[in-house]
Amino acid sequence: MAIMKFLKPRNQLEEGGRAFAPVQQDEGEPEKKCPNCHKSIPLSRLWANHQVCPCGYHFRMRGRPRIQMLVDAGSFQEMFSDMRSGNPLLFPGYQEKLDNVRSVSNEEEAVVCGTAAINGQSCCLFVMEPYFMMGSMGAVVGEKITSLFEYAAEKRLPVVGFTVSGGARMQEGLLSLMQMAKTSAAVKRHSDIGLLYVAVLTDPTTGGVTASFALEADIILAEPLATVGFAGARVIEQTTKKTLPKGFQTAEFLLDHGFIDQVVPRNGQKKLLGNLLALHHGG
Amino acid sequence: MTQTSYDRVKLARDNGRPTGLDYIQNVFKDFLELHGDRRFADDPAIVGGIATLCGDPVTVIAIEKGHNAKERSLRNFGAPHPEGYRKALRLMKQAEKFGRPIVCFIDTSGAYCGIGAEERGQGQAIGENLMEMSTLCVPILSILIGEGGSGGALALAVADRVWMLQNAVYSVISPEGCASILWKDASKAADAAASLKLTAEDAQSLGIIERILPESDLGQKKFYDRISLLLHDELKLLSADTDLIGKRYARFRNLGVSAVETHTRSPYEHLPKLLP
Repeated sequence: MAIMKFLKPRNQLEEGGRAFAPVQQDEGEPEKKCPNCHKSIPLSRLWANHQVCPCGYHFRMRGRPRIQMLVDAGSFQEMFSDMRSGNPLLFPGYQEKLDNVRSVSNEEEAVVCGTAAINGQSCCLFVMEPYFMMGSMGAVVGEKITSLFEYAAEKRLPVVGFTVSGGARMQEGLLSLMQMAKTSAAVKRHSDIGLLYVAVLTDPTTGGVTASFALEADIILAEPLATVGFAGARVIEQTTKKTLPKGFQTAEFLLDHGFIDQVVPRNGQKKLLGNLLALHHGG
Repeated sequence: MTQTSYDRVKLARDNGRPTGLDYIQNVFKDFLELHGDRRFADDPAIVGGIATLCGDPVTVIAIEKGHNAKERSLRNFGAPHPEGYRKALRLMKQAEKFGRPIVCFIDTSGAYCGIGAEERGQGQAIGENLMEMSTLCVPILSILIGEGGSGGALALAVADRVWMLQNAVYSVISPEGCASILWKDASKAADAAASLKLTAEDAQSLGIIERILPESDLGQKKFYDRISLLLHDELKLLSADTDLIGKRYARFRNLGVSAVETHTRSPYEHLPKLLP
């Protein structure tokens, strides 16, 4: 019986008692298979553990539960929530895709922005949404991120951002490409007046988001084994006809090559972000 | 017969078009090439240095594809590595230090997709250029002369003015890539090209470029002389501007705003006013 094996601690993370909260089990509860340890984990356990398997594998996490996990209770005030994409180029099929994704994801767009407190430290926060066209950046994502950095600059607040993105949203053509320049300029203005920006890269952070605000932070963190890169691995393999090295484009690979500061598991993120914000207090 | 968008893509990729070095050698005088990013290597896909334009010194940077098989292979088909973008940024900072305007010529299918490029931070290099170019205090003018392939092109195009040759294209993704991702069929590239709105006319109507340069006499002396004069006049105008950085910020800040719909109220009323 698959769920029975979870009634006893199975590994160090569990025995340490940090990763797992006790959850009442019912027979026949839906489960999810971990691609790392190949065990089936009841969904309620995953939820209680912020979508992290007892083996340490980090499943993708939606934006709003992530905010809930991260910020002090009741401190999140959402901003720009009414912005939504049109179909500026009248790209075939885009409107239908948007309508469908909106109803399935229950979100208007691929990023949630607002102000919040993390362990008592106030900040501006953006969290991208993997279940909205894989966090792709179109005019609305660019506008929301830019507006957030402008707001943070005016209020002299630090920015904490969680990235997840397949890149620029091609259905918005050049307008989506231009969001890379627009967000980068807003990050620069915020930075030039001495304010802190911490980015946390989550799986996957690629393309136009990697080549703009994801890697422009003062301090860059990433979740274990998150895919982070500019070009897609398959494209690179096809272009170069070479076998990719083991662990290519993972967070750990970027750490080895000097492009990020730390790999931080989900259960350590709130404490670390709180500490970083406190160390830069007032900026 | 009217040209389709995909015909324009083919024209933009045509081997016979003038490349970056042709513009450097014919639009300017006394070009002095400067090599290397001072970090890792010298990327032959990007050529940069100092030249004079009607007697005034300017910093010139161009992505070079090469004309024949040998040159194209040497130039990596105009697909820059991170060290190319870092060399470009080094030369732009140098231009800022000495008060020289910057002119960039862009012609690339995109930043190189490769293991080394990822190991050395292709995304970080492009992002840094976007950020730093937004606040350089000298005029920047970028001209797309052939292919403007996505982030790899934009990394030299955060400019006060962006111009395009009549048959250049500028796109977030190649039409082939777009068709294979969206429709699982690379042969629908022509449909994708039309939908992506990647021609010079499209880019101008979206407000992404200021000027289209006609291609009559392409590659002849008259053609280059015309560009020299236009560049000289525009750079003079930009050099006299006391709010270059503010206007450059606003130029990119406004792109895409009209594509943002709100269902309750104006998106702007809760935005803070722009910083000085």
